[in-house]
Amino acid sequence: MQTRRSNRLMNSPVTGWLMALPAGVIIFTFIILPFLLGFYFAFTNQRFISPNPTEYVGTSNFTQLLSVNMITLEPERDAQTNEVKKAEDGTLVYPSLRSITRNNPQYPQYNGMKEWFSWTSGDARKIVLASDVVFMRALINTFEFVLVVAPLQGAIALVLALMINQKLSGINVFRTIFFMPVVVSIVVVSLLWRFIYSGDNGLLNGILSIFSFGAFKPVDWLGNPLTALPAIMAMSIWQAVGFHMVIWLSGLQTIPASLYEAADIEGASSWQKFRFVTWPGLRNTAVLILVVITMQAFTLFSQVQVMTAGGPVDATQTIVFQALDHGYAKQDIATGSAISVILFVIVISISLIQRYLTREKIA
Amino acid sequence: MTNTPLSLRPSRWRYLPLIIVALIFIFPLEFMIMSSFKPAQQLLSDTNSFRAFLPVGDLSFDNYFAAFKRAPVALFVMNSIIVTGITVLLSLLLSSMAAFSFVFLQWRGRNTVLTVLLTTLIIPIEIIAVPLLLLVNKLPWIGLNGFTIGWLNSYHVQIIPFAADALSVYLFVQYFKDLPRELVEAARMEGATWWQIYYKVIVPLSGPVMATAAILKFLAMYNQFMWPLMTVQAEQYRPVMVGLQYFFQLNIAWGEVMAYLTLITVPVLAFYLILQRAFIASIASTGIKG
Repeated sequence: MQTRRSNRLMNSPVTGWLMALPAGVIIFTFIILPFLLGFYFAFTNQRFISPNPTEYVGTSNFTQLLSVNMITLEPERDAQTNEVKKAEDGTLVYPSLRSITRNNPQYPQYNGMKEWFSWTSGDARKIVLASDVVFMRALINTFEFVLVVAPLQGAIALVLALMINQKLSGINVFRTIFFMPVVVSIVVVSLLWRFIYSGDNGLLNGILSIFSFGAFKPVDWLGNPLTALPAIMAMSIWQAVGFHMVIWLSGLQTIPASLYEAADIEGASSWQKFRFVTWPGLRNTAVLILVVITMQAFTLFSQVQVMTAGGPVDATQTIVFQALDHGYAKQDIATGSAISVILFVIVISISLIQRYLTREKIA
Repeated sequence: MTNTPLSLRPSRWRYLPLIIVALIFIFPLEFMIMSSFKPAQQLLSDTNSFRAFLPVGDLSFDNYFAAFKRAPVALFVMNSIIVTGITVLLSLLLSSMAAFSFVFLQWRGRNTVLTVLLTTLIIPIEIIAVPLLLLVNKLPWIGLNGFTIGWLNSYHVQIIPFAADALSVYLFVQYFKDLPRELVEAARMEGATWWQIYYKVIVPLSGPVMATAAILKFLAMYNQFMWPLMTVQAEQYRPVMVGLQYFFQLNIAWGEVMAYLTLITVPVLAFYLILQRAFIASIASTGIKG
């Protein structure tokens, strides 16, 4: 308890403000202000440099990024016989998509959209159109990355932490080694792994070939749309897993040893000890790690910038890569800001959902 | 107690999984260092065997000389040292001072201000980078060239936005809360000014938290990529991570790339290996946040 006298001694409005001011001004100017400006720019046509004044454009940046529509194309039919026309190779003939999406006054809602993906049902061809197909790819890829990396990296980090938590002599050497890639820049790691993943003379192909006694056919890991994103996922986990291992480890060390002793007396198996002592004790750590990895995974950028530049055929486009592509490379601050706003809304909603789902259940 | 005999037996097999995992973490970095000493031809043929990890064949520093010829490597390293060094020092000073004020001084609105500042922990740089780019391009600056508008292509565009951050303030606040308030009150009664208490009483007691905050800031700044990529096109101010773009050629000279990567990574790794306890403790301390 503070006495009134010490209260008066501690009360220093001017010095208090002065000492907090420099840090406060910097955090306000370079984090809070741009954050708010981002929301404002997202509803304008702001460009990096423009002779024209900035105008309010409503939600058009968002519709330009997010509009999705579906159309069904019926195969063309012969005017007299009403039979479906067939091309020489026997495939059905459809009206051209361009005739619909290019300034067709009959279908203003499809104007400027492009095919995202399609399938056939019966004779008809269903086509899903998006106004920004690349951004759609970026959204899907980012979610794919998060859905794979967040649980996998969290789980591997936990396994490593359990390995390190054993009472073995020299165990700290292993802790030091597992953590090592964390201090190396992700840019360095990305460039190094670009060489490891390389199709000709890449180290990974070489190693796989040795272990399969030459049976393994070399793969151009980053040049193949099917393997490029998984390759980036594996490398990202390799680089960052030590970080989360350390957080798990500090959670493990808060579990009192007496609980394990009690479990030993009861004759619990290793699995039972993990299930009923370790895991409940890690609850808060688990929530924290899930939220942190998810946030970090959503901001995937450097790996893509250094390794693939979004390719091959947009297989590694990500939300942040698109934000920078518009906001920096194309100098379109408005669209870049709109993408940042979309990302922020996604990240915040997901972390709120995660917190809700993992909340303490009071019986 | 049934497990005791088992765990007391020095079982070498328990090291096997640890060693396998350790090799997965070591090999790529080891490969990088070994490759940096090998000529191009040998480098590419060695990847087909375990020679890739061994210091064998025709070893030399040729790749390093070639890397220095291709790009102003020394300049990039110096830029990184300047930017990282100044930012770490500024951030320690400003964040500890603010935290000192939040914890020990009483003034109206301090809880509100602290809460607002700490809320920014949830805003990653990736989300504010685009509007921030426009903002710094409109900011004024007074420097050697007099009064100018726009911060692009400079040291200060890399330093000032990061000279204070919520995480550092948070770390200092947590640490100061555990210090005995009586120390400050006693000094106050003896008539010490707040500035004296800050640098004569509190700063000398802050070694551990200074180390933690410095290590985290050092890693974040030295490894920074996206922001300098966006704001620094001029070679004169480029840091090492952006400088590696000089090595993205159509036919990448991997030997030179590995030499450059080794050069900018090994000092950090050495620093880490010497201070590994402090490094790991500082990451663990961020785990409390949330």
